[in-house]
Amino acid sequence: MYDVVIIGAGVVGGMIARELSFYNLKICLLEKENDVAMGATKANSAIVHAGFDAKVGSLKAKLNVRGSQMMPQVAKDLGVKYINNGSLVVGFNEEDEKTLESLKERGEANGVEGLKILNREEILKIEPNIGKGVTCGLYAPSGAIICPYDLAVSAIGNAMDNGAELRCNFEVTQIKDLGSHYILRSQDKEISARYIVNCAGIYSDKIAKMVGDDTFCVHPRRGEYLLLDKECGDIISHTIFVTPSKMGKGILVSPTVDGNLLLGPTAVDTEDKGDKSTTVEFFESILDIGRKSVDSIPANKTITSFCGLRSVGSTGDFIINSPVKRYVNVAAIESPGLSSAPAIAEYTCQLLTSIGLSLVKKENPITKRKSMHHFREATLEEKNQMIRENPSYGKIICRCEGVTEGEILDAIRRNPRPTDLDGIKRRTRAQMGRCQGGFCSPYVIELLSRELNIPYEKITKFGGESYVIAKETKK
Amino acid sequence: MTDLVIIGGGPAGMSAAISAYENGIKDIVILERDDELGGILRQCIHNGFGLHKFKEELTGPEYAHRYAKKVRDLGINVKLNTMVLDITKDKRVIATNSQEGVFEIQARAIILAMGCRERAKGALNIAGSRPSGIYSAGTAQKLVNVKGYLPGKEIVILGSGDIGLIMARRMTLEGACVKAVCELMPYSSGLARNIEQCLNDFNIPLRLSHTVVELHGRERLEGVTIARVDENRRPIKESYEFIPCDTLLLSCGLIPENELTKGIGAELSSVTNGSVVDQNRETTVSGVFSCGNVLHVHDLVDYVSEEAEIAGKGASEYIKGINKKGASIGITVDGKIRYTVPQIITEKKDVTVYLRVNNVYKNVKINVYDKDRLVLSKKKLKVAPAEMEAVKLSASMLEGVESLKFVLEEEK
Ligand SMILES: Cc1cc2nc3c(=O)[nH]c(=O)nc-3n(C[C@H](O)[C@H](O)[C@H](O)COP(=O)(O)OP(=O)(O)OC[C@H]3O[C@@H](n4cnc5c(N)ncnc54)[C@H](O)[C@@H]3O)c2cc1C
Repeated sequence: MYDVVIIGAGVVGGMIARELSFYNLKICLLEKENDVAMGATKANSAIVHAGFDAKVGSLKAKLNVRGSQMMPQVAKDLGVKYINNGSLVVGFNEEDEKTLESLKERGEANGVEGLKILNREEILKIEPNIGKGVTCGLYAPSGAIICPYDLAVSAIGNAMDNGAELRCNFEVTQIKDLGSHYILRSQDKEISARYIVNCAGIYSDKIAKMVGDDTFCVHPRRGEYLLLDKECGDIISHTIFVTPSKMGKGILVSPTVDGNLLLGPTAVDTEDKGDKSTTVEFFESILDIGRKSVDSIPANKTITSFCGLRSVGSTGDFIINSPVKRYVNVAAIESPGLSSAPAIAEYTCQLLTSIGLSLVKKENPITKRKSMHHFREATLEEKNQMIRENPSYGKIICRCEGVTEGEILDAIRRNPRPTDLDGIKRRTRAQMGRCQGGFCSPYVIELLSRELNIPYEKITKFGGESYVIAKETKK
Repeated sequence: MTDLVIIGGGPAGMSAAISAYENGIKDIVILERDDELGGILRQCIHNGFGLHKFKEELTGPEYAHRYAKKVRDLGINVKLNTMVLDITKDKRVIATNSQEGVFEIQARAIILAMGCRERAKGALNIAGSRPSGIYSAGTAQKLVNVKGYLPGKEIVILGSGDIGLIMARRMTLEGACVKAVCELMPYSSGLARNIEQCLNDFNIPLRLSHTVVELHGRERLEGVTIARVDENRRPIKESYEFIPCDTLLLSCGLIPENELTKGIGAELSSVTNGSVVDQNRETTVSGVFSCGNVLHVHDLVDYVSEEAEIAGKGASEYIKGINKKGASIGITVDGKIRYTVPQIITEKKDVTVYLRVNNVYKNVKINVYDKDRLVLSKKKLKVAPAEMEAVKLSASMLEGVESLKFVLEEEK
């Protein structure tokens, strides 16, 4: 019997698990996929928003501003890459300028500090490659970028270091209330828990229905991205948004914490919660749109493209409530959900206490985690010391990103343990560079097979039927 | 201080080392990231290597072995499992391996021989899902030939580069069914002999002017939509066709791996994606040379070895302080000829200029002009992008020449 079961191992479920793991509780995180961070958390804009977007007084506004203030410390404690690069919403005409003024007012009402309207000359001083047509911009010094899956993986790893459990490939299909506790079932397994926290992302409405709450629904909105080679990462240093209009929020251009350049997302509603495919129309338009806000984005430097699904809720705000006893919804966490995640965790814990869960702090909870990038962030002397002690740090497996065998082995042996190729990719960046695993994937397959003691044919890209090898060749 | 540091122990690096050694440079080190010498040849277990060089048909590993043995016999220093991380403008090479950690070598001269990599799927912008089962042809080749695993059973290949063609045959021999090879261009980018021996002999259809427009399947690949393309290489909607398959191999071109070269500050050509070099294969940074697939993509390894010998000799002269440079003849091209190597001639001696064309042409002349004066004209029945052409210029032709233009003239 668990005290709390959290459904969904995305950044939200992960941050909540971490927060709860500081208390004397038996916790389990259930995830339907083969690894953590497989939902919206792995495919988004990776921006820690300043907080001027959300409606004044909304939960979104409150948790965004608070989350963005908490993020630097959280990132530091978890060893997650976070860069406070500042953001800029650019405008192209007088109408945009008016919109920016009202955005600024809204931001100030939300409690965002340091907002400033800049003219073209001022923008050029901080962003020389800004688009030709840009006339004005709203500068937000607290805007930042982060690696979202790194945050989720590290938060869950931290929670597990404190004793929380993680069960992947556990898709909750049924929840039964037995009065004193709940039974959660998948196709072939079941576990019981006193409290449930529903962080199932795009499927959070489905989970809510399992406990009889049909007050909201969540529908998917597709967002497609292009990721460009590191060569392009320094074309700009700030995150560049365009002024929101009737046409939506528009395409942003941003450096990533790993030095690539990110363009996206589109915004297209869909019916299918499993559809993460990219479209031809997107490829045709995205560069042209991006080039309006940033000059000199080269055409042939794409290294990959992907699509994420936003969880658009029917209420317009985050839905964090307790519709039935010992149960909490953390649903419709669309953007700025990543930015808000630390604050959502704090808020959810308060809500859990208010519905009867008693929180007693552990004596010495672990609150920090060694960065997954500790080797690459080390000094030369430290590196050489580490290589002497463990020669596998001297063997480069991924040439594009310079990832060593030692780092991959660390990742495989560390909580939460990856068992597939994409899991290694998200934790170490091996296969994430310009050749996209062309060179290193055979080695990564070999390491996984050896360490986990499973045959090549059973290794997958991301669980399920995503096998990478059909059979051994004739000898 | 080491006289000559060679980066990469494939055919180019090995030939360059041997050539430098034979030209009197003994203080050489080859840095290779893999656990054996041989580079990409190690996974090319098919025949067809060495026809020019050894007048016999060898497999890739056999060809590599001949050179590796020579390197060993000469006692040339080789560091395996060693990855070069950076090269500075003053020729310090920073590398790492398990024994020595991160270390630095100050070189007198450097030969870049890092080879190339395949164009990855991300660069191709194919729409659709992101299932498993999509590999570059070279990755599949490594899995099959080195690791002993077959990546899939029903295969479509995009791109008719040589590795793709060879993998079509290899996978068929391993019991897989290759359903089609799609090529965006109206002609193949592979060697004619490979089309014959790898596709036609196995009745594998080559679909020219076709591309893959969409991937299907959420976990493992379940099929691809292919389409015919128009003159502007845009897919034609009416021609969409679904082919069920569990594997897509990509053989869509090779890109020289010049990340390190950028660090040194050597000028790169936007056409070859390799360095701009002179007849000795010296880059725009003096004492830094480049050869093999990192300089420009070759179709035959024999040419790689030849080019590396030139670079090795050039480096040896540089180290010995011999400087015969006395000219600066830039070479330009007309577009039908995409590029030449070298791009500049700095010494008036006999020079062979290699070039590639941008399309298939029949009955042509390769004309070399010094302004309006025709210096040389070479007749060809057929030229194709897949096959490199060589034009020999003699020292006497270069007398009084300031610049050269290579032009492809079609006969009326
Ligand atoms: C295109 C796009 C751009 C965005 N950009 C930003 C941004 O720049 N800044 C920002 O702050 N936010 C951004 N967001 C929002 C942010 O990504 C999300 O708010 C955040 O990732 C939500 O995390 P989550 O844990 O709620 O959801 P998810 O990451 O989707 O996690 C939910 C998890 O629940 C699991 N699950 C579902 N059903 C079940 C079940 N029945 N049983 C077990 N497990 C189940 C899923 O597999 C999944 O792992 C963006 C989102 C998108 C889609």
